[in-house]
Amino acid sequence: MAAPETLTTGSLAAPDPAGVPNEAEDGLENVAGSPRKRRKKRGVIFWLSVFWLLTILFCAITASWLPLPDEIQADVAGKLQRPGAEGHLLGTDGLGRDILARLVHGSRVSIIIGFASVGMGITAGCVLGMVVGYFRGWLERFVLFYIDVQLAYPFLVVLLALIAFVGQSLLIITMVFALLSIPLYTRVARANTLSVSQREYVMAARALGAKPARVIFREILPNVALPVLAFGLLAVGSIIVAEGTLSYLGLSVPQPTPTWGSMIAEGRRYLQDAPHVAAVPSLVMCLTVLSLTFVGDSLRALFDVRESGI
Amino acid sequence: MSESLLERSSARSSEHEQLLQVQDLKTYFPTPRGLVKAVDGVSFELERGKTLGIVGESGSGKSVLSRSIMRLLPRKTELHGQVMFDGRDLTNMKQAELRDVWGAEIAMVFQDPMTSLNPVMRIGPQITESIRHHLGVNKAEARETAIALLTSVGIPEPIRRLKEYPHQLSGGMRQRVTIAIALACGPRLLIADEPTTALDVTVQAQILDLLKVQQSERFMGMILVTHDLGVVAGRTDDIAVMYAGKIVEQAPTDELFADVKMPYTEALLQSIPRLSNHSHTRLQSIKGRPPDLVNLPKGCRFAARCPYVQDKCLAEEPPLIPITGKPDHLYRCWFPVGTAAGEAALESNRAAGKIDHEIDPAAAGEIIA
Amino acid sequence: MARQILGRIPQLILTLLAVSFLTFMLLSLIPGDPVLSILGTDNITEEMIQQKREELGLNDPLPVRYASWLGDAVRGDFGRSQRTQQPVMDAIKERLPVTVEIGLLALTGALLITIPLGSYTAFRANGIADRVTTTVSFALRSVPGFVLALLMIYIFAVWLRLLPATGWTRLTVDPVRNLRSALMPALVLGLAEVTAYTRVLRSDMIATLQQDFIIMAKAKGLPNWRILFKHALRPSMFSLMTVVGLNIAALVGGALIVETIFALPGIGRLLVDSIYQRDLVMVQGVVLFIASSYVIVNFLVDTLYTVLDPRIRHGRA
Repeated sequence: MAAPETLTTGSLAAPDPAGVPNEAEDGLENVAGSPRKRRKKRGVIFWLSVFWLLTILFCAITASWLPLPDEIQADVAGKLQRPGAEGHLLGTDGLGRDILARLVHGSRVSIIIGFASVGMGITAGCVLGMVVGYFRGWLERFVLFYIDVQLAYPFLVVLLALIAFVGQSLLIITMVFALLSIPLYTRVARANTLSVSQREYVMAARALGAKPARVIFREILPNVALPVLAFGLLAVGSIIVAEGTLSYLGLSVPQPTPTWGSMIAEGRRYLQDAPHVAAVPSLVMCLTVLSLTFVGDSLRALFDVRESGI
Repeated sequence: MSESLLERSSARSSEHEQLLQVQDLKTYFPTPRGLVKAVDGVSFELERGKTLGIVGESGSGKSVLSRSIMRLLPRKTELHGQVMFDGRDLTNMKQAELRDVWGAEIAMVFQDPMTSLNPVMRIGPQITESIRHHLGVNKAEARETAIALLTSVGIPEPIRRLKEYPHQLSGGMRQRVTIAIALACGPRLLIADEPTTALDVTVQAQILDLLKVQQSERFMGMILVTHDLGVVAGRTDDIAVMYAGKIVEQAPTDELFADVKMPYTEALLQSIPRLSNHSHTRLQSIKGRPPDLVNLPKGCRFAARCPYVQDKCLAEEPPLIPITGKPDHLYRCWFPVGTAAGEAALESNRAAGKIDHEIDPAAAGEIIA
Repeated sequence: MARQILGRIPQLILTLLAVSFLTFMLLSLIPGDPVLSILGTDNITEEMIQQKREELGLNDPLPVRYASWLGDAVRGDFGRSQRTQQPVMDAIKERLPVTVEIGLLALTGALLITIPLGSYTAFRANGIADRVTTTVSFALRSVPGFVLALLMIYIFAVWLRLLPATGWTRLTVDPVRNLRSALMPALVLGLAEVTAYTRVLRSDMIATLQQDFIIMAKAKGLPNWRILFKHALRPSMFSLMTVVGLNIAALVGGALIVETIFALPGIGRLLVDSIYQRDLVMVQGVVLFIASSYVIVNFLVDTLYTVLDPRIRHGRA
């Protein structure tokens, strides 16, 4: 008999157009699906999310100039008013402070810490990831080991510990968040650098004697930035949650600056009689995180960034 | 395998002469592109103790046909026609009723033993689970049966094998295990879907012989699905050749090899390697690809690739008709091989320079020898 | 198998050493003189400062201090609380059972929900149950733990009055009341896990259900539940195991919040209270304990793989 491969001859082994559906009969028809329909449905929610995020951003920027009652001045006589009360669209809290005003001012803390720490983390993480991915060697091994060690601490635990030892202020909290998120971006940046460095044009640039800094910033950075930024929005969401937790525990920016987390914590006392004091800031926070997750997920799907290989 | 099992299963079917009757079976898959007509009106019958070979290239619908008979299909599949098994119509059975047929009365051997055994389960329970489920025997009895089965399919040291995982066995051994699993409950119909395609050449013949031996010993009906006419040549009673979802030629095995009528069957024969060829002879392949099963051509489905093609073939689909005087040899062709009409058609195409390879007339006879 | 596990032990020890060093260095992060922070600012004398320096070994060079601190820590001596003079290890031992109980309850509950839910949504992918599950878990992902906890308190304690809002009864004192006080915290902790676990199990299960051996099992005429749980579940568990391991960190972080909100005397609460009281030695000890436990648990989860997959177990990856 001839060589085994010739048993199935050329066109006999042609790909199966009918495709024996290789699946049990139950519930596996999701693959074919209808991607178009789903994308269209996603559109409305996507734009609603974007709209919500822009609103929050607008509030955070213009908080001081908006015609709102003072967010710190207590008015014990008018405490715990329900939403819709005169002059207080979302009601007042246990000290009679306007909830809307506190929400608007509180968004500043969330937005600043969220975006600033992600910005810093991305910058540092990208540079670190690209450098170690490009030069490899002992530096890479050391950085990877450090990342493993840092990730050995549960995030919230190391966060609390650092805040406890270093202190609480907007700047310090932002820096701590940035520091703690560096490993994530370093990993993504390094993984992408490794794959990009193998491409012909990068090899060519290196062979032509281009300086490492030039290769990294001109050739590698454009390829690394997009996937890392796509993670960024999702990261902002989780940092807003973490900051909220911190301020719920009273360990974020000190009083009397309003934060969403501290508003929720104060509302807890009135859960019985005035649940809106806790519910309103909770809802705002959830919606913001939901929108960030949604937009982040959609963008990530758009850029087809996969989590695998990181 | 205990004797009582064999007796019980053979006693059940004696009153029906035909074990399996497939009537105008159609299997359509809805896809975003349109309806894929994978099986498009197939009929045949199979007696107990007989073997039917279903032959065709990839995409001819042969594998879908074998799964349609069992109704092992995705949920959204459209299935029309009738599959009478032992006097019962499988096409309108409920899932629960089907589960009593599956494994117990109809069993299947799949193409790739590397993937058809559960990698994280020991061999033992993979064999005994269907015995215990269908026959309700206890653990020890099921284990005895499993050992007997492994012995009968030629696996040495069966007791040790029961405790092993699939990855500890060679490909041929694994396929023997899947055959043992298929035989476990004494089925009356065994469907083997390309059982040797994934195996080494050296093992292929052993597995095919094992299937043949088991089939005749247990007096089962067997459907052997393959893309290789050489596989079915000495081992089946009848052969059905499928192309683009339809049977294009069907005959008793000897008759088919002796008197090919359908140009597609002839082309399939060309693609079997033979000992008499020089070792570097290029095998004939069939030019082109099977038609798109969503948009099927109007006339004969093989027309686009057929060396005998005439205008009539492109316009009208030929019916499946018997040869005069031989009612069990059916074919579907306007210009059959070996007839005056066929020769004339081939000659005219050759004259017009439409044929780029010659067909070797000695091919058909040699394969049986 | 033993060799594979032993081979990873040096890496484990190295990681533990690094974790301990970083935790040790926490004290030097304090701006200014750590002794002042530790003693507080009320009526302290130079003598007290010197005595404290000596006690903390701050007069020795850094490596010596680290070595002696580590030596103590390995022997289970994490120092003493500055407030109560209670040994840190005693405080941890006292509180650990609460955290472990809540954590285990949450983990078991999460897996008990995830395994049927993940399997079923994969089995009937894109069905109604699947769509509802996907939407709900997407929404749940955006709800911070403390908000979820408040919502639970509002529903079960304030509104339905079924469960106590806060407080803890020891298991040994009254098992029923213990369960009642553990239920809400465990639910809050577990729900977040369920969303993560279900996603992972569902996608792995969908992949497994496409495998040939599933059709083979079907062709044997086995009932669906048997195909799902005997054939498909185990090969679909690998990613789930990883996520369970990785999420233990999230569980510990969650315990911190949950214990604080529901006023449970666990490790997380101990950490938060120590921070409130600026009991920094206690904070350091608790952090070291949590981080090293987490490293060790992850190591154990990794080795679980080898038990789950016979292909790895027999050294044929």
